[in-house]
Amino acid sequence: MAQVSIRKVVKAYEGNVQAVKGIDLEIADEEFVVLVGPSGCGKSTTLRMIAGLEEITSGDIAIGGEVVNDVPPRDRDIAMVFQNYALYPHMSVFDNMAFGLKLRKFPKEEIKKRVDDAAKMLDIAMLLDRKPKALSGGQRQRVAMGRAIVRNPKVFLFDEPLSNLDAKLRVQMRTEIKKVHQLVPTTTVYVTHDQIEAMTLADRVVVMNHGIIEQVGAPQELYHNPATRFVAGFIGSPAMNFLTVKLVSDNGLYVELADGTRLAVNPARIDRYKPHAGKTMTLGLRPEHLTETHTNEKPGTAYLDATVDVTEPMGMETMVHFFIKGEPVCARVDPLTVAIPGQILRLAADMSNMHLIDNDTNKVV
Amino acid sequence: MADGNSIGYGETALVSTPRPRVGSMRRFARRRSLFAILLCSPLIALVVGLQFYPAGYAFYLSMLNRKMTGFVLFDNFTFLMGQDSFQLVVFQSCLFAVSAVVFKALLGFILAHLMHNIRGQNQRIWRGLLLIPWVIPLALSTLTWWWLFDPAYSALNWTLKWFGLPSIPFLGTVWNARISVIVVNVWFGAPFFMIMYLAALKSVPEQLYEAAAIDGAGAVQRLFFITLPMMRNIILITVLYSLIVTFADFDIVRILTNGGPQDGTHLFATYAFQVGIQSGNIPRGAAVSLFMFPILAALAFFVLRDVIKRNKEITA
Ligand SMILES: Nc1ncnc2c1ncn2[C@@H]1O[C@H](COP(=O)(O)OP(=O)(O)OP(=O)(O)O)[C@@H](O)[C@H]1O
Ligand SMILES: [Mg+2]
Repeated sequence: MAQVSIRKVVKAYEGNVQAVKGIDLEIADEEFVVLVGPSGCGKSTTLRMIAGLEEITSGDIAIGGEVVNDVPPRDRDIAMVFQNYALYPHMSVFDNMAFGLKLRKFPKEEIKKRVDDAAKMLDIAMLLDRKPKALSGGQRQRVAMGRAIVRNPKVFLFDEPLSNLDAKLRVQMRTEIKKVHQLVPTTTVYVTHDQIEAMTLADRVVVMNHGIIEQVGAPQELYHNPATRFVAGFIGSPAMNFLTVKLVSDNGLYVELADGTRLAVNPARIDRYKPHAGKTMTLGLRPEHLTETHTNEKPGTAYLDATVDVTEPMGMETMVHFFIKGEPVCARVDPLTVAIPGQILRLAADMSNMHLIDNDTNKVV
Repeated sequence: MADGNSIGYGETALVSTPRPRVGSMRRFARRRSLFAILLCSPLIALVVGLQFYPAGYAFYLSMLNRKMTGFVLFDNFTFLMGQDSFQLVVFQSCLFAVSAVVFKALLGFILAHLMHNIRGQNQRIWRGLLLIPWVIPLALSTLTWWWLFDPAYSALNWTLKWFGLPSIPFLGTVWNARISVIVVNVWFGAPFFMIMYLAALKSVPEQLYEAAAIDGAGAVQRLFFITLPMMRNIILITVLYSLIVTFADFDIVRILTNGGPQDGTHLFATYAFQVGIQSGNIPRGAAVSLFMFPILAALAFFVLRDVIKRNKEITA
């Protein structure tokens, strides 16, 4: 049993730079949690505090119910995979993987068995005699994971383990990591700045920004119900469109775009938005909810005319970029739709998937 | 499709390359190496003039008879080997070089670690201060040590007396003198090791230590399993280099003891000077100075071969 509890944890570096500004997080046993956020938001710092590589300025971190604030890394029973692997260059792959077990005085046969098992699982059994230098990036990554797995620790920590790999290998290793977690269910904290990695791997995603947690939730939850403007904009690719709108109550509730177009608010949401009527707010609408028009639209669809600026055919779909009073908007249309730069295209906005953001609090209402 | 096309272009390009171009390329390469040799010629002249020629000449000298009128081949060497006083010189040189190098390396290693743990601007100040012994001309600093070791007026003995302890004849007895000579050499040479090891320490990625800490290594284990293996090459090279230089040391013994007492501190260089210059037997002096050459050359060969092999294995 190894839950990880982070309670009111603050990290201030010299010169009073607060990298982490008091975060709370409960990670369940065997859960796969991904910390995601832009560069410098404090993900690595948080992870390194769990590992014991960084001191905690205030607050508590507990692993398996025991507060570990003053426990050195080696007694925390954790394993970590670093971004640049941090393999010992003077040791063979076998010795790299066996190092932790040797230090813990495991019997020789046990070490050999564990390393062999892990090597088989990661498909590196034929590399055991090589030095790290003689391995490719993907192989090094596997060895680094093997080194973590053989220890059979309470918690796995990953700090951007895939960011040094090329795009194709990254997708492959992502699947590999997921597979390993299914085979050896272990509490895992995984740091990345790649939201797709976060969405695909996580049981729960933790979105961080400027040293605080913006939102914690299952990937789908974050995607469909972002709590803040930051999460709405960060999760999803291409990013959500943000449009300055005015919420007008006039025989029903409308959002009025900068160019005067009025889009009717879905009747189911009128009660939710009513208190904000009259305010200038931000409308959030994902590109896939702004599509070509169909003959039989879902209820809650509104229409707007866009002067096409640029089109990007992607094969399965085509991205159409245009501006509404200077604000860039992206729509995701069927590749058969005729969209010619400079011409007007009528688009259907799926208002049942809209988000409305309060400009004062930056919260989604 | 696009790939197929580009391969097609590549092939035609290869086929249509005219032969003369290959020839001119080759001629260019040949010309380039000639040019390179030309550019290196000052260096080559320096190496030949200042190293090969004197070494060869010393070797030639060592095979002459005392009057330098005829060849005696290795007679000088065999004579030396049979001579008790020379055997003592061999022993003293080895004792001096090996123990001085070991202590220099140890002290340098410890100092480098202390340095490494000083953060920020202060490190540079300390580093500069500790380098002072290495930058003062050795003859001058050895003179200072000579005063310090003086039996009657020296600061060291004065301090001892102040504490009510008997004064020590630092240079007066054979073993005292041997130890004093080694101490001065360590004092002079340790900063070199410190600076080399400090650079080596800085080049060990911090993450290796973090990974090791997580893997369960304590401070001692990190030293033995990470620091030392990662610094192995630099340690080997510095020790080899220092061994060669220390075997050839001259100034300290010449100034401090001049080989005495009772020839108890002579090294190859000082003994060669005494035999060759002061007693006028130049061939035998040359033989003394060349005595260690084959051993050191063999040592250098094996160490460097190992270093290169190891380097290939681990540097990414
Ligand atoms: N040793 C340090 N001293 C001072 N400030 C630091 C130190 N390490 C990190 N910081 C600061 O703390 C903040 C958070 O750093 P952290 O490494 O946790 O970011 P991150 O979220 O991992 O970013 P990235 O995605 O770029 O790795 C940054 O603003 C950084 O400048
Ligand atoms: Mg980071």
